[in-house]
Parts: sequence; structure tokens; C-alpha cells
Amino acid sequence: MASVTAIERPGATWQRLRQRLEGETAMGYMLVTPAMLLILCLVVYPFMMAVWLSVSDARVGNWGQFIGFGNYVYLFGDELFLRSIRNTFLFTFSSVALKLVLGLGLALLLNKEFVGQRFVRGAILLPWVIPAALSTIGWMWMFDPLFSVFNWTLRELGLSEDGVPWLGRPGWAMFSVILVNTWRGLPFFAICFLAGLVSIPKELYEAAEIDGAGPIAKFWYITLPMLKPVMFIVILFSAVLTFSNFEIIYILTQGGPVNSTHVFATLAHTVGLISGNLGRGAAISMFMFPVLLLVVFITLGVLRKDDS
Amino acid sequence: MNQARQLIRKALGTYLPLVPFLIFALFPVVWMLISSFKSDRELYDLSATPFWISKGIVLAHYRELFFETSFVTWISNSFQVSILATAISLVISVFAAYALVRLRFPGAAVFAVAIFVTYLVPHALLFLPMNQVVNFLGLADSRWALVVTYPTFLVPFSTWLIMGYLKSIPKEIEEAALIDGCSRIQVLFKVVIPIAIPGIMCATLFSFTLCWNEFLYALTFISSTTEKMAPVGVIAELIRGDIYFWGALMAGAITASLPIVFVYVFFLDYFMSGLTSGATKG
Repeated sequence: MASVTAIERPGATWQRLRQRLEGETAMGYMLVTPAMLLILCLVVYPFMMAVWLSVSDARVGNWGQFIGFGNYVYLFGDELFLRSIRNTFLFTFSSVALKLVLGLGLALLLNKEFVGQRFVRGAILLPWVIPAALSTIGWMWMFDPLFSVFNWTLRELGLSEDGVPWLGRPGWAMFSVILVNTWRGLPFFAICFLAGLVSIPKELYEAAEIDGAGPIAKFWYITLPMLKPVMFIVILFSAVLTFSNFEIIYILTQGGPVNSTHVFATLAHTVGLISGNLGRGAAISMFMFPVLLLVVFITLGVLRKDDS
Repeated sequence: MNQARQLIRKALGTYLPLVPFLIFALFPVVWMLISSFKSDRELYDLSATPFWISKGIVLAHYRELFFETSFVTWISNSFQVSILATAISLVISVFAAYALVRLRFPGAAVFAVAIFVTYLVPHALLFLPMNQVVNFLGLADSRWALVVTYPTFLVPFSTWLIMGYLKSIPKEIEEAALIDGCSRIQVLFKVVIPIAIPGIMCATLFSFTLCWNEFLYALTFISSTTEKMAPVGVIAELIRGDIYFWGALMAGAITASLPIVFVYVFFLDYFMSGLTSGATKG
């Protein structure tokens, strides 16, 4: 900019600059309006409506009356809801922790140079690409009470005659939905971490080697600190997505057995649409909001720090 | 001698630990593929070895899927909704991204944050009121409801991705065009969009995939068989009460995943770069 304006007459430049600034504001608003309208009508408005529904006794096909915090008060006395809070946190925490550890390991492996690297990277991404609802059906078939391929293998190896009740017992069902969520989300973690690893300057490792650092020291003092920003963002994103996950649990267990896998999303669906109690369902959904808000604030803080 | 040792070290240090990861990632998909080609007799035979097909490859499940369900309609619905919603979203996103990255106007920063926040709002938070909105718009039980609602998550995502890409393009090219007498609009169409094609491509691929894979809205807004998207159709129509048509379910899961897998194989590098730029640049 400066180099171009330097050879022009100052008066003309000033005029052009002013023209452009005026145009810029108008243009800016014009170009942003469609996105703004979309967000106002289809995100902000539904969100306000969610707030309204959560303080009303609305049912499907009926707008309902204002009932204050009735739904929330009811929920805090509801064993099923309290259980779904525990389930949601257990599900989110375990899945994200597993994806983090396995994703880091996988990324370190993928970062090495080897023949077939491209193929392996592509293959690893597959679970993340195909529709989750459809791969979950595949898992359901693998968890079948009678024809489970895992149980067949256990039986053939003589490890267990009855097999594992993958979706039939509360503890195992939670394990199974966490397993499927981990399977689905692991590629995302691995590839993002891989991108972080690639961007670490080689000189750091060389310098550390000269100073006599071993592989563990290099990992602990270079790799991990350098990966921290990427890890942070990936964990936060994944936490929001896992926290609000619907299809895996809806398809595999429908929240069962005995409500041991119900999370916020599936419970909101069951209460709000299947039982038709819109108000209470919306109140359940609203519990995702504080977590979302927290993540947004942290992420914005991190991004801002990155920019400066 | 030295070379041999190096080779062994590579095998032990890299390939061997990769094997469990590869099995974990690929086995479920391979398993679905195998199951879809088995006859019912073999599928439900406890004594048969499940890992391969011993009683002949059978296309019965695919025949059932294509001729006895509305599978072709679902796939066509999925294509229509995904292409339309992606196209609408990209036009909106390119405009918004350009304005937010390059133009200075009051409120731009606030709007960028709003876009980011919307990007993170989960479907499960909004699906109940969204259901009401869809009814109000007269789009209940129609695939058009999805064309209208999918941009709510595609636009924030694509805008954010394209913004990251635009930031990496030097401003000077546009400024040169402006000084040569192009208007802002001309600069956008003749300079910015052509340069930003890789970023736009990436946003297109991701948007299409997000549409195709979306489940909660597709499940809750639509109940007529002929309006369903492929994943919902397969699951809703091939599970009847307590009866699971496993063979046809697997055939449906494989076939409905194929378009996405094709897209992804052809554009693997775009997927990779999109994923990584999305993560590192936010």
C-alpha cells in the first residue's frame, strides 16, 4: 500500500482513500447481511424460543403457559435427569480422554517417514468420514447379543463361553457407546495433532540432541509444550461435540438399559418429542448451554492470545 | 548388517504399533462390507466363521435394498439437500468471509465472534424449537426443511474456514486491482474468488459431508418415507420394531456411505488441509 501511494499525488490519494472507506462500510454490511439474517432467524430466534419453551408447559402442537422455573425444579428432583447428568459427563470425559491419548500416540506414529504413509493416513481417517449413524449400525451388529463377532471370537479362543453383554448391561453399554464415540472421533484428533507435530521446527530437536536430551526428554520438553495450543482447541471442540452427541446413543441403546446411557441429547429427544413434553425437553437441552458458553470463552481467549 | 537392523527397527517402531490402530479403524467397515454380501443362512449361523464368506457371495440384500425399499429416493433426497444447502451456504459464506477479513466496518469484530459462537452451537440444543420453526414455515415433513436449516451450521463453519484461507492471501493483489480502477465487487469476483478456490473447495467438501452425515434434524423434521435422507431412511425402514434386517442394513450403510467415501478419496489432500487449518487457525 505505502509503496504504491508514495508515487501518487497526495490529494488524489486522499480522495481515493475516503471514497474507499465510505464504500467499505456499505459493502461490509451488504456482504454480511445474508449471514446475519440467517443467524438471527434460524439460530438466535430458535434459541430465544428454546428459552421460552423451557419456562413453559408447552407440548407438541400447543404453545403452553408460562410456568416459571417449574421444569427446572422438576428436573432437579428427577432421578432420571440426575442420572443423565452423570452419564453425560462420564461419556464426555472418558471419550475425550481416550481420543486424546490414542490420538497423540497415533499422530506420533503417522509423523514418522515410512512407505505407505499416504495410504495409512487415508485409511485412518475413514471412521471420521462415513456417516456416524451408518457406522453405528455396523457397530450395533458387532454388539449383537447372539451373533456378535467379538463374542464369537471370545468363544473360539475359549476365553468366555457366554460372551460380553455389550449393550445388555449398564456398565458394558456405557463402555460400548464410549468405544464407538472414540472410534469415530480418533481420526480428527490424530490428524489435528499430526498437523501440530509437522509445524514444530526441527531445529528445536537438533538443539536438544546436542544438549544430550533423550527421546523422552524431547517429547516432554519440546513436543508436548509445542502441541499444547492445538491440543487445547481440539479438546474443547471435541468436548462440545461429545457432550451433545445424539446419534451414537440413540441408535445403539436408546438410552438403555435402565436409562444407564441416557445423555442430555437423547433424554431431550425422548422427553420433548417422543413423550411430547416440549417444555421439559427444552429445559434439558438448555443444560448444554453453560458448557457451550464456557468453551466459547476459553477458545476465544486462546485464539486471541495466538493472534497477538 | 546395519541396513537390516535399521529395517527391523522401522518394522518394530513404526509398522507394528500402527497395526492395532489400522485394525481398529478399518475392521468395522470391512465387517459391514462382508456382512452385506452374506446370505441370511450364513449371517445367522452361529457355527460359521464370521470373518469370511464361505457359502457364496450373495447380492440379495442389495436387491432388497434397491427394489423393496425407497433407497433410491433417499439417496436422491440426500444429494438434492446436500448440494442445495451447500451451494446456498457457500455463497453466503464467501461474501461474509471476505467482508470480515478485508473490509473495515463498525461491528465486524462482533460479527466474527457471533459466527464463531454459532459454529459451536450443538444441534441438540436447538432441535426442539427448530422443529416449531420448521412447522411455522410450512416445511414440516419435507426435505426442504433441511435445505433451510442446514445452512445454520454450514455457514459459520465455511465462513470460518474461508476466513482463515483469505487471511493467508496477501492483501497487495487486491489493492493493486483497486488502484487499477476495479470496484470492490469486481475485486471480489475477479481477484479474490479465483485465488481463494482451494479454500472454497475445501469448505464445499466439508459442507457436503456435514449435510450428508447429519442425523438429528433429518430424523426429527421428517417422517414420510419418500422425504427421508439416506442414513435416516436406512435405519428407520430396515429396523421394524424389534426386527433388524441386518443384511440389508449393512448393504444400506455401505451404499449410502459410498458417495462420501468417493468424494474423500478424490480430495484427500483438501480434507487433510481443511482439518488441519480448521484446528490450528481456529
